[in-house]
Amino acid sequence: MRNIKFGYGISKPRAIDIDSNDLRKSNEILREMPELQTCIGCGSCTASCTAGNLTQFNFRRVHTLVRRGEYMGAYEEMNKCMLCGKCRLVCPRGINTRGLAMLIKRKLGDF
Amino acid sequence: MKPRVVIVGGGAAGMAAALRLESRGVEPVIVEREEVTGGKVRNWHKLFPTFTPAEEVLEPLCRGIVERGIECRTGVSVEAVSADGVVLAGGERVEADAVVVATGFTLFDAHRKQEYGYGIYDNVVTSADLEQMMNRGSVRLADGSAPRRIAILHCVGSRDEKVCQSHCSKVCCITGVKQAIELKKMFPEADVFNFYMDIRMFGPGYEELYREAQQSYNIHFVRGRISEASPTINGRIQIKAEDTLTGRPLKMSIDMLVLLVGMRANDDNASLAASAGLALAPNGFMQNKDPFTGAVRSQREGIFYAGAVTAPKSLADTLAEASMAADAVVDYLNADRR
Repeated sequence: MRNIKFGYGISKPRAIDIDSNDLRKSNEILREMPELQTCIGCGSCTASCTAGNLTQFNFRRVHTLVRRGEYMGAYEEMNKCMLCGKCRLVCPRGINTRGLAMLIKRKLGDF
Repeated sequence: MKPRVVIVGGGAAGMAAALRLESRGVEPVIVEREEVTGGKVRNWHKLFPTFTPAEEVLEPLCRGIVERGIECRTGVSVEAVSADGVVLAGGERVEADAVVVATGFTLFDAHRKQEYGYGIYDNVVTSADLEQMMNRGSVRLADGSAPRRIAILHCVGSRDEKVCQSHCSKVCCITGVKQAIELKKMFPEADVFNFYMDIRMFGPGYEELYREAQQSYNIHFVRGRISEASPTINGRIQIKAEDTLTGRPLKMSIDMLVLLVGMRANDDNASLAASAGLALAPNGFMQNKDPFTGAVRSQREGIFYAGAVTAPKSLADTLAEASMAADAVVDYLNADRR
């Protein structure tokens, strides 16, 4: 039978599915850096980010996705970080954000 | 003879406690560090969420103190407290049957967040400055013109470990909404932007005012902390933040930046606590005996608290607590004499 293309496809669900996401890596990261749990999502890290002002890189978004178990592309994103450490200077929760960028790269090289 | 109670601090809490004590048959003595009573509220213009002139609340308190002949020792600070009196600066001792500590709070010094340029650039003001500008009827830019675009930043000196102030100051969110509306009323042509982390509308009528700010005054709310302010070539201020709801960095030029400064603990809380064997909370405010049943009691019998000395509080909460403290003092004095 001829394969007729109607122009329809099946889209993957967009939802962050905590049930099917494997949170082991996320938990490992939080164990090594428990203060990440205290993030209030103020965006100071992204606002002060040298790379984020020039590229699509959004540090707050990436580390929030990692905490939810969404690892795809996190390593490549973190490669955009220039490790300048400005985010660490401004974080009101005192999170070692620069260390976090390196930690994510170390833990999520396989994804 | 009437029992005598020394009240340390002649702000709203101290005066309200004094009036309540006097009407319950106690002789209160107010000791105030400043030359006049009234505390911080003297500097406020209108009160959230009803826009009641601050004077309408303060004036009856001050008048009551005068009319009832309550003793006020002004211009003198207290060095040490104990359940049976206080020691004034200079060594004089004032005997009492109980003591109420109502020394309030200190405003966060916005100079410490140097990245916002307070005291460096023109037209960066604190929420407290804005109240006084409104009191004088002189809300204008440094060059005398009217602002066309204003940003109000929440959490300056609150929820910020970088300046050792981890607590939420509670009243800034609603103050920011109130001042945004006031600015919009003064300058209907201006755009007002509030930069917030969380909007904490905990009190009656607060959430309604927030909604009104959005709906009737078209005030913009951007979720993100301003990371820095810098001057532009034409004398305006450029601010940067992340618009966290779109996930993109944001920058804009404004004419005026209002910093909502938080409430921090008084520097002399520690020495006061040490003098009387009282405890400090981790954020430096005085630690009450119990958050539910001992809110106005201290760790020491005969020493009581009223108002923002124990935690950031609204004026409404402070006045309610002043009455509570006075009643707790009367209960204590009655039990003592039984």
